[in-house]
Amino acid sequence: MRINLTSVYVDDQRAALAFYVDVLGFTKHRDVPIGEDSWLTVVSPEAPDGPELLLEPSGHPAVKPYRDALVEDGIPLAQFAVNDVEAEYERLTGMGVEFTQPPTDIGVSVIAVFDDTCGNLIQLIAEKPA
Amino acid sequence: MVTVFRALDDQTRRVILDELAASDGKTLFEICSILTTRHGLGLTRQAISQHLGLLESAGLVVTERRGRSKFHYFNPVPLSEITRRWPITERND
Repeated sequence: MRINLTSVYVDDQRAALAFYVDVLGFTKHRDVPIGEDSWLTVVSPEAPDGPELLLEPSGHPAVKPYRDALVEDGIPLAQFAVNDVEAEYERLTGMGVEFTQPPTDIGVSVIAVFDDTCGNLIQLIAEKPA
Repeated sequence: MVTVFRALDDQTRRVILDELAASDGKTLFEICSILTTRHGLGLTRQAISQHLGLLESAGLVVTERRGRSKFHYFNPVPLSEITRRWPITERND
């Protein structure tokens, strides 16, 4: 068994695709129209055969209260690994991305949390060299 | 309204104030991760939320919304009550 797909709910799939590809640097993997929406996934260019992230429409009525409560308390919904959190923080803030938590040393790793502009908070993490 | 004295009479709450005083404007998530990883305080999020509520009630923490998230800030003003009540005076003896 392996994890091949996980998802984040997004308010607007096309805006989400633009953010996840143009800003974060992921690659579009699948874009299959289903009704008014699409089965829309991205992968990391560093792991093209790795897990896909599904950009799932946030239309279900349970999504808004769920996400609002998490975002209010600053709780991220997904975690992406990077080599250098501080460098990504500089790069992304330079592109207008807002962080709810600046790079924070938590001992074994450095983390930061940003707003993905699609309704979610995302955590960046870099393991510190042993 | 919780008195500033009661609010300060707890190690976890003093650590929370230390961390907010060092670097202000933190979400509940950030405060939880710092207490766990830097101070080894394995409290539940609900417990930390209650401590923050008590600090807020004493006026030592104020919250502000930025975007859709809530940030906590240290407010030292109520601490002046202590020195107003027991002023620090020079002794000449």
